[in-house]
Amino acid sequence: MLDIFDILGPVMVGPSSSHTAGAVRIGRMARALLGEEVLRADIGLHGSFAETGQGHGTDRALVAGLLGMKPDDLGIPESFLIAENRGLKFRFYTAHLREAHPNTAVLDVEGADGGKLCLQAASTGGGRIRVDRLDGVDVSFTGIFNTLVVRHQDVAGELSRILNELSVSGINIANMSLNRDRRGGDALTVVETDQKIPQDALERIRVLYGVLSATYYEKEAE
Amino acid sequence: MALDSMQEIFDKILAENKPFWQVVRDTDVEERQVTAEASFEKMRVTWRAMLESVDTYRADRRSVSGLVGGDAQRMWDYAAARETLCGPYLQEVIATALCVAESNACMRRIVAAPTAGACGVLPAVLVPLFRRGSVDEEQIVRALYVSAGIGAVIGYRASISGASGGCQAEVGTAAAMAAGALVDLRGGTPEQIGHAAAMALKNLLGLVCDPVAGLVEVPCVKRNVIGAVNAVSAADMALAGIESRVPVDQVIDCMGAVGRRLPVELRETSLGGLAATPFGQSVKAGLEKERRA
Repeated sequence: MLDIFDILGPVMVGPSSSHTAGAVRIGRMARALLGEEVLRADIGLHGSFAETGQGHGTDRALVAGLLGMKPDDLGIPESFLIAENRGLKFRFYTAHLREAHPNTAVLDVEGADGGKLCLQAASTGGGRIRVDRLDGVDVSFTGIFNTLVVRHQDVAGELSRILNELSVSGINIANMSLNRDRRGGDALTVVETDQKIPQDALERIRVLYGVLSATYYEKEAE
Repeated sequence: MALDSMQEIFDKILAENKPFWQVVRDTDVEERQVTAEASFEKMRVTWRAMLESVDTYRADRRSVSGLVGGDAQRMWDYAAARETLCGPYLQEVIATALCVAESNACMRRIVAAPTAGACGVLPAVLVPLFRRGSVDEEQIVRALYVSAGIGAVIGYRASISGASGGCQAEVGTAAAMAAGALVDLRGGTPEQIGHAAAMALKNLLGLVCDPVAGLVEVPCVKRNVIGAVNAVSAADMALAGIESRVPVDQVIDCMGAVGRRLPVELRETSLGGLAATPFGQSVKAGLEKERRA
């Protein structure tokens, strides 16, 4: 069944739950999974996002999300100005993707510490989103759970080491996926959890053998 | 435990000897694993955000296209200057629907109910009752559970998105939710809540989603008014003992079926309906020119 607060809600800045609230969440997800302040962003708009995005403030909403705003932040309409003040440089282009949801954005972002991330996500309705691709790897998660993303080497036992760290912190896993681009290359594990992941558990995962990086999206507060 | 049909809610009301709103609240408590108090407080926060969306209205704001803004104030000014045809309550309903829907188009904060495009309907019927002191906050919060229950059933059985079901799925659903809330506030029975929701939804069956230039502006803002006024009439009919001949769950299923049969041109794509009129096309062309500039 549907969450009744998806029916009466979200509390959001208009005009469109899919083109505005969902777009903020996509930007915010990219910021969280980059794990640092965003300084540069190349943003591709696909389908309806490209066609009606400007009128719906989709562009300003995505930038607002990259700045860390939530869908109910009244600063969303002024996000371009705020971005300028905070040194975030961005550019928009029209993306032509194959078999993508009509409300899709592709964000190439670069952080203050030199980190990079490419995220493709769709706004699937009512402000809900789904991340479809991360750094070239197919994924599928929505941000309704706390979400841990670990990039690691494709070696035996890696998943078990990561999950062990979660287990000792008493964290229950809701959904999980492990994907790789090729055998023996880099792999991407996405873990959606019921509980928040504490900072010390994140730190322990980051220093595990074979782990290249670990970033974390904490779900929006109730 | 879920809200898959109105009948299921009616059955639970009888079996568990609870009012309508409590069945919905208890479902939320179970689904999200929160306390009854936490659930109620979240609904209260939702209500206060609705109130704020009315209170922060400013007549001088304009939407991106410039087509939307200031009409709620026109309605208020008119009602202050002379007697309206529809009377004190409905004139406030009309102005409030316009005010919240305009605020949405102007990128202000609103509560999607069930969507941003239909955000004006519920506050339009509730805020005027609250302001005149006819109902208190606790009653309103309970009525919001009733409306959320109706919306959850419609979302599950049919659709609440214009892209899949047309405007009947957005403003139609909002009207059904608002009608149910009103009947609850006036002490109606669960069956009357069901009849009100059914009538409100039936009366907007087939309504297409045809936004000019793809924006949540024209005709969306004024359709919030028709959704709200329709909800008031459906609620009063139900309270008068008038029944929907077609059972409410069948009406909901029917709305879903009609939505699926709507051509894609009339489901938010802006390829048909008012969006395809010469006026709609000229607005679109103007915005594209602006975008390239």
